[in-house]
Amino acid sequence: MSAVGASEGSPLLAVRSLTKLFGSFAACNGIDLDIRPGEIHALLGENGAGKSTLVKMLFGVLSPTSGQILWKGEPVRIPSPGAARRLGIGMVFQHFSLFEALTVAENIALSLSPGISLSKVAEEASRLSHLYGLPLDPKAHVADLSVGERQRIEIVRALLQHPELIILDEPTSVLTPQEADRLFETLAKLKAEGRSVLYISHRLEEVQRICDRATVLRHGKVTGACDPRQETPASLARMMVGSDVASVTAAGTNTKGEVLLEANHLSVPARTPFAVTLKNVCLKVRGGEVLAIAGVAGNGQGELFDALSGEYPVAEASAVAIRGKAAGNLGITARRLMGAGFVPEERHGHAAVPSLPLSDNLVLARNQSDRKTFLAGGVLGIIKHAVVRIASKRISETMDVRKSGDDPAAGSLSGGNLQKYIVGRELDRQPAVLIVNQPTWGVDAGAASRIRQALVDLAKSGSAVLVISQDLDEIFEVATEIAVVSEGRLSDVYPAHDLTREKIGLLMGGMYGKTEGGEVAHAH
Amino acid sequence: MRIELEKRANPSTLFSILSPFLALALTVVAGGIMFALIGKSPVAALYSFFIEPLLDIWSLHEIAIKAAPLILIGAGLSVCYRSNNWNIGAEGQFIAGAIAGAIVPVVFHDWHSSLVLPLMLIFGMIGGALYAAIPAFLKAHMNTNEILTSLMLVYIAQLFLDWLVRGPWRSPDAYNFPVTRDFVPEAILPELISSGRANLGFAFAIIAAVGLWIMMRYTLKGFEITVLGQSERAGRFAGFSSKRMIWFSMLLSGALAGLAGISEVSGTIGKLQPIISPGYGFTAIIVAFLGRLNPLGIIAAGLFLALTYVGGEAVQLTLSVSDKVTRVFQGLLLFFVLSCDTLIQYKIRLVFSRFGQTTEGSAH
Ligand SMILES: Nc1ncnc2c1ncn2[C@@H]1O[C@H](COP(=O)(O)OP(=O)(O)OP(=O)(O)O)[C@@H](O)[C@H]1O
Ligand SMILES: [Mg+2]
Repeated sequence: MSAVGASEGSPLLAVRSLTKLFGSFAACNGIDLDIRPGEIHALLGENGAGKSTLVKMLFGVLSPTSGQILWKGEPVRIPSPGAARRLGIGMVFQHFSLFEALTVAENIALSLSPGISLSKVAEEASRLSHLYGLPLDPKAHVADLSVGERQRIEIVRALLQHPELIILDEPTSVLTPQEADRLFETLAKLKAEGRSVLYISHRLEEVQRICDRATVLRHGKVTGACDPRQETPASLARMMVGSDVASVTAAGTNTKGEVLLEANHLSVPARTPFAVTLKNVCLKVRGGEVLAIAGVAGNGQGELFDALSGEYPVAEASAVAIRGKAAGNLGITARRLMGAGFVPEERHGHAAVPSLPLSDNLVLARNQSDRKTFLAGGVLGIIKHAVVRIASKRISETMDVRKSGDDPAAGSLSGGNLQKYIVGRELDRQPAVLIVNQPTWGVDAGAASRIRQALVDLAKSGSAVLVISQDLDEIFEVATEIAVVSEGRLSDVYPAHDLTREKIGLLMGGMYGKTEGGEVAHAH
Repeated sequence: MRIELEKRANPSTLFSILSPFLALALTVVAGGIMFALIGKSPVAALYSFFIEPLLDIWSLHEIAIKAAPLILIGAGLSVCYRSNNWNIGAEGQFIAGAIAGAIVPVVFHDWHSSLVLPLMLIFGMIGGALYAAIPAFLKAHMNTNEILTSLMLVYIAQLFLDWLVRGPWRSPDAYNFPVTRDFVPEAILPELISSGRANLGFAFAIIAAVGLWIMMRYTLKGFEITVLGQSERAGRFAGFSSKRMIWFSMLLSGALAGLAGISEVSGTIGKLQPIISPGYGFTAIIVAFLGRLNPLGIIAAGLFLALTYVGGEAVQLTLSVSDKVTRVFQGLLLFFVLSCDTLIQYKIRLVFSRFGQTTEGSAH
């Protein structure tokens, strides 16, 4: 096994008691880590464990408070990404950094030293992208590309510098399973060439599949190292969280109530050239049900969320009904007042404003639904900051949101912790209808199970919950009913226990006998 | 050697406070060099530019007079800019407000009533707001760029005023001079205190700035402005409409610019003439940024920029230099403010190495 073989050589990169303080909060606390040549090394840990912080220090984005980094045995200081690149370290970030208006080649050229001609960059980029099985058109505009293709740009950009170590921060959380498989082939190729990979992911199955060794972080400290192939996902999760991860219990959700959320022949034309047209979507969610909508990303999930949330209302009032009342033409505020709550997919800049503190982000979602509690002075609308802060604290406590400080900027929270807050912000209202798009992307196993349990519990208490998700494990954990979206059309709704992964796979390909006329064949 | 800008992990609080002062200091130094180059003693020039005006009552009143429109306009613009609407045409809205407000004393010049002044002020605000409604409409419904449209409307307003005072509104007893009739006493904005010319306009400015500060800091409206300025998508999620925000912010800043315009005409000039503003609408942009888009900061910044006007006049008289020095100073100041703001997000680093070689990243 390569992990054993590689252990003989001296490490390519070694980290010695590396510490990063934000104020008095230690995001990384005395971390030791060795990465050997030619290994794929996993970095595991729950949300906020300090993984991104650690790799940002390795890539020169953050400077360590104390500790040492050794590159091929020599102590080095990495003050900037440029310096990291020159050493031979490449990185693909958790959040992409591409200019949408520019072409692929232009985006790549931006990260290289000036003076290299664009055509040369394009040539080299397309050579590399073929070599590693990452097809890319250098002349394409980034705005036209899917998330998976965008990530390929980032990877090719990193590869162009011929790095000896490539850091990937949660590369698969936004990829479809097929795209992820492609990525794994690329990684295997890199490894075969003797390069090392530092790989961050919350998907333990894939870590087991491709990684030689794993280091586990918790609360900014290394809590373990292991060979992931010798472990099970459950035992890995236990190492990360420090205790067993509770499995979601869905039992008892089958007490069906009234239809609380309904879409009736909902059709929405594409708003932009890159959007998907929704065609004749029909669905019903009763109190006590969790309807999960599966589907490969980019098949109309975002558009469906926009139409159901009322961020973009439709002309037909009857196309959407909330608690029996027509709401299609109403905006998001009116729908919230009817008892609905919403959790969008994108955390930064949609569900939350990163630069504003958490408490302000609570006002963001609940400024009208909780007008009486949060605002004073009638039409003046004075925000009662003290009251909001108390409510925000309550949400953080219920959802176990880990953060530095009392009321930090939303952007300073790790992705998973912000997600817990955003979901908690809606649950705290006990909405009669909750619509969630990708509830747990980038969220660690412990937090994901907590969020899923909360969704199930909300349904148990009589609310209708609609979950849009790409993650089939998640869907089977929470759903009582399942439908599949494909190219803007929604399949019939099936009871969860009637479906298998294979059947869902077929539905995703659009191979289903959709009941014509769209009358939903409800199996209850 | 080369200079590199390195992005900070977090915006620096120190520099966000320090930057305006640093900009001031650099402006003074650059101004001193400028005076030295044209053969004047920098110390004497800077003294009469920045210090002398503060030492006598008359120039303090002048400062208040000039600060009033700057603060009024700047405070309105700060709301615009915070909500990501780039109204550059306050100068035009200032003129539109002055013209609309002047309808009462010019057209109904025989009317003597205590209603004249309040009506003028209201008309002034409406005039400014309506003029700002043009770029607002174009942006909200035609998706045009408000920077261009609002700026171009400035020239239209200036030429329209010019035509008015030379044509239909020209005073019959001004020997063909391009001015309107002098306003009746009821149409004149009263002075604030008896010691000098400063008028009620300054009080309006302070009230507006403090009011907007309270709005931005404590109310849902202020929150809405901040959120929409940061992220339109998050604003939509919150149930805020960026279209309505275009209207709100443009009309608000237009109304305040219009109020500034009519206050200037009624309080300081007493009639309409082809030129009624030394560029207050543009200088107010500097004021808004120098004041960190915070209405209280804008009061301070407005007073300071007013000082550059008064100081500029003073050095013109004492050292007989061109009246362009004021503009040069204001330009320098905006230049330094914007450059110093870079330091909030970036660190400056000197790299002593030839291109391609590294000193960083190597062993040491
Ligand atoms: N700029 C910052 N200022 C203050 N605190 C920060 C900052 N960046 C990160 N933190 C805190 O440091 C901790 C570690 O964050 P980090 O982003 O490294 O987590 P992570 O392990 O990558 O989590 P995730 O899996 O959710 O991405 C978090 O608690 C976060 O709130
Ligand atoms: Mg992270």
